[in-house]
Amino acid sequence: MTSSQPIDLQNSTIASASQQPLWKQEGAEPFLRIENVTKKFDDFTAVDNISLDIYKNELFCLLGGSGSGKSTLLRMLAGFESPTSGRILIDGIDMAGIQPWNRPVNMMFQSYALFPHLSVADNVAFGLKREGVSRSEVKQRVAQMLDMVQLGHLGKRKPHQLSGGQRQRVALARALIKRPKLLLLDEPLGALDKKLREETQFELINIQEELGVTFVVVTHDQEEAMTLATRIGVMNHGVIVQTDEPHDVYEYPNSRFVAEFIGSVNLFEGKVIEDEPDRVRIESPEAGATLYVNHGISCAPEQIVHVAVRPEKIKISHNRPQQQDNCIQGEIEDIAYMGSLSVFRVRLPNGKEVRVTQPNFTRSMGDRFTWNDKVFLCWDEESSVVLTA
Amino acid sequence: MSILSRAALIHDASSRMTKYDFIRRVNWGKTAVVAVPALWLAVFFFIPFLVVFKISLSEAAIAVPPYSALLEWDLEEAYLTLKLNIGNYLYLLEDAFYLDAYLSSIRIAAVSTFYTLILAFPIAYMIARAEGGKRALLLALVILPFWTSFLLRVYAWMGFLKKNGIVNEFLMATGIIDQPLVMLQTDFAVYIGIVYTYLPFMVLPLYSALEKMDMTLLEAAEDLGCRPIQSFFLITLPLAVPGIIAGCLLVFIPAVGEFVIPALLGGSDTLMIGRVLWDEFFLNRDWPMASAVAIVMLIVLVLPIMLIRNGQGKEETV
Amino acid sequence: MKRRSIFLNVSAGFGFLFLYAPIIALIIYSFNKSKLVTVWGGWSLKWYAELMQNEQIINAALLSLKIAFISASLAVVLGTMAGFVLSRFGPFRGKMILSGWITAPLVMPEVITGLSLLLLFVAMEGMFGWPSGRGTGTIIIAHTTFCMAYVAVIVQARLSSMDETLEEAAMDLGAKPSSLFFLVTLPLIAPAIISGWLLSFTLSLDDLVIASFVSGPGNSTLPMVIFSKVRLGVTPEVNALATLMIAVVAIGVIAAMFQMRRQARLLAKPE
Repeated sequence: MTSSQPIDLQNSTIASASQQPLWKQEGAEPFLRIENVTKKFDDFTAVDNISLDIYKNELFCLLGGSGSGKSTLLRMLAGFESPTSGRILIDGIDMAGIQPWNRPVNMMFQSYALFPHLSVADNVAFGLKREGVSRSEVKQRVAQMLDMVQLGHLGKRKPHQLSGGQRQRVALARALIKRPKLLLLDEPLGALDKKLREETQFELINIQEELGVTFVVVTHDQEEAMTLATRIGVMNHGVIVQTDEPHDVYEYPNSRFVAEFIGSVNLFEGKVIEDEPDRVRIESPEAGATLYVNHGISCAPEQIVHVAVRPEKIKISHNRPQQQDNCIQGEIEDIAYMGSLSVFRVRLPNGKEVRVTQPNFTRSMGDRFTWNDKVFLCWDEESSVVLTA
Repeated sequence: MSILSRAALIHDASSRMTKYDFIRRVNWGKTAVVAVPALWLAVFFFIPFLVVFKISLSEAAIAVPPYSALLEWDLEEAYLTLKLNIGNYLYLLEDAFYLDAYLSSIRIAAVSTFYTLILAFPIAYMIARAEGGKRALLLALVILPFWTSFLLRVYAWMGFLKKNGIVNEFLMATGIIDQPLVMLQTDFAVYIGIVYTYLPFMVLPLYSALEKMDMTLLEAAEDLGCRPIQSFFLITLPLAVPGIIAGCLLVFIPAVGEFVIPALLGGSDTLMIGRVLWDEFFLNRDWPMASAVAIVMLIVLVLPIMLIRNGQGKEETV
Repeated sequence: MKRRSIFLNVSAGFGFLFLYAPIIALIIYSFNKSKLVTVWGGWSLKWYAELMQNEQIINAALLSLKIAFISASLAVVLGTMAGFVLSRFGPFRGKMILSGWITAPLVMPEVITGLSLLLLFVAMEGMFGWPSGRGTGTIIIAHTTFCMAYVAVIVQARLSSMDETLEEAAMDLGAKPSSLFFLVTLPLIAPAIISGWLLSFTLSLDDLVIASFVSGPGNSTLPMVIFSKVRLGVTPEVNALATLMIAVVAIGVIAAMFQMRRQARLLAKPE
């Protein structure tokens, strides 16, 4: 998502969806409803009056840093913590007072929490045996489930004899075998290395689609959230700051926090000069220029706002481009060659630093710019976002 | 406190090639460092067993020291006679008293070990679940009595269990009983003494097993449909097994050979082999018999347990 | 889940009560004016005064302290050597035997250890004329032998949990084997050695069975005196003595805990 995207994004999302997703349909019944839920530990408020609707077959990601309250929220859904106030309804049933072992919910733990004294098959069978399912059915369903996660041949192994990726799949199989209505995943890919993580992400999506289970995933990894989620809820200090589809969270962050938390961003402080019908004019001493944004939130003249521009939306060039608006000048201070793209740190005359990324279309691409080059940085009116919060 | 988790420690010490290997070149230095403790243990720990074995094959005699010599020189006839007396061992087999003593030692030790486990488990569990500062305090509270005199702690129980002791007075004052219970000088008192004395030896290995347990395992079990009581038996208990074994061995082995507790708290009919050995030696002054009792105790009780433990240690390191 | 923790607290609380009630009762009754355990005759320091005048107990206590001090010191030297050899010397011939000898005294019933050492001393006296008779010296040898096993195990555990790169770094900086040991290894295992010494001291001070076997006439250690007194019945001076010993130990343990906490805080601070 650091590569530049074709323009006209706002329309493409809607056009690509053949049918409106549930969360965009008026009056759709949510599968999981979180109503004004607050959780306090002594003086500390971990979750602060959160309301959230999650629909059937969604793969919803709660994204946030450590201490943002995302795990506490997940644990309340599982029943390990009870809300200080507010209600949680799953499929219309209030979960208050329902113990973890009686909830139609299963969880995949961050540490996987595989029982070290039981074999892989016994781990997976654990939940079914508690339900009093007949032995032959347990055997059959376990075999089926292990095949689904491609571990059919490892049923007799103990967890410590498995690799990280295999353990992750055992944990998933164990959580899914009871056919929960809602599966909670706590940092499901956190313990895997990068390559394995990428593979597993798609596997997880396939399984979710195949079984039609509603997933709620907690993660601190924005890339993971972007790849997996149907929608993302960005959390900070116990509050959900923004709930949107991944694309919208990235392209239309509603606050400086979200803009900075997901991907990297250049922020320019400025004052609204004019709110024209089709665009806003912002005077930004920090950018050393007048900036134009052609969409977004309505704001009052004289209001102090931030203009956010993603590094990959900025075009970098030696020659003055034809474009007049949204162009600033600076000097390249540092270049980092990252293979697929190069990152430039450009210093503006007023001292402000701007990050620009440029995909390396050709091999010699990286050589075109060098240290201390005077460059022009330009972006389209619709590539930037005005942030008031 | 480290000694209390000694079972674990003993296994820990794996032999690795290390940096001090080069000391091989300065061979005399290394040899000296090895030789001093090794010689000390050879002379004062290993050879004594050979002496005990030798004396167990001699006869009691009214002499100083009170046993017969195995080798006799007859200078005139130029005869060297070696007399091995297996009578002591035969007597051990013949007289049911000794067999009873061994069996009853094992029974008393086993029963006490079981009670110790029952009492220690909740304590260990609570300590393992406690937060940092509180955990250190609770651990210290468990270990603290261990640093005070064992003899005096056993003595404290005498004051507790006597006919007109505190327990009886309390029970009678509250009207639960109207006749004082006979508690001192019974097997019951011996159980209490052993449980009391060896409790830390059980708590610490249990604690270190439970402490290692990942709490999310219990949450996972509940998430999969276990009630707390089920998750205790399905998860906590199986995972505590290494701690349970280590703790039981640490209590059982010394309890079998215990002398002070049956001597002070037990009745005259409380048969324990440590006490039999003591009486053979100090009261009957039958040193060869005492030696035979010791050798049998060593072979029948101590060696097998040490071998089991060694085997376990090897399995763990594999 | 609440209910479980109540059950847990109650049963653990019962365990702690079991552990401390007799000790607390003993302390309280050491201040009892009456000789009878069941009768409360009012607060009094009478038994402490009597304890101070009881020469038999005082002499035995002094002897025990002396034996404990010497045995613990010897055991620390021998035990550290053994622990060091076992964890840092790599494989050598006889290592299995040595490690067996180190661990065996830990599980050996005291009656067997006591008997075997006595018989050894008797046999040695017959053969070499040494040790002539038994007394303080033989008790010290016996205590050193079983205490060194504890020290060795503690030191060995400490060494095997210790980062060997520290020693490698010292060698890299030019430390010779002997200075390596005294400048780097020894300071690092000092806590283990100190706790080994304290443990040995306590074990020696506490030992009745082995000392009874290997001591000679007129060399009664404190546990031997207490044992003979206690066998005859409850004696209030012993209550007073026990209270004093518990007080000393409690103060020592609390001081050690404070020291450890302070050190932990100091270690946590830099950054």
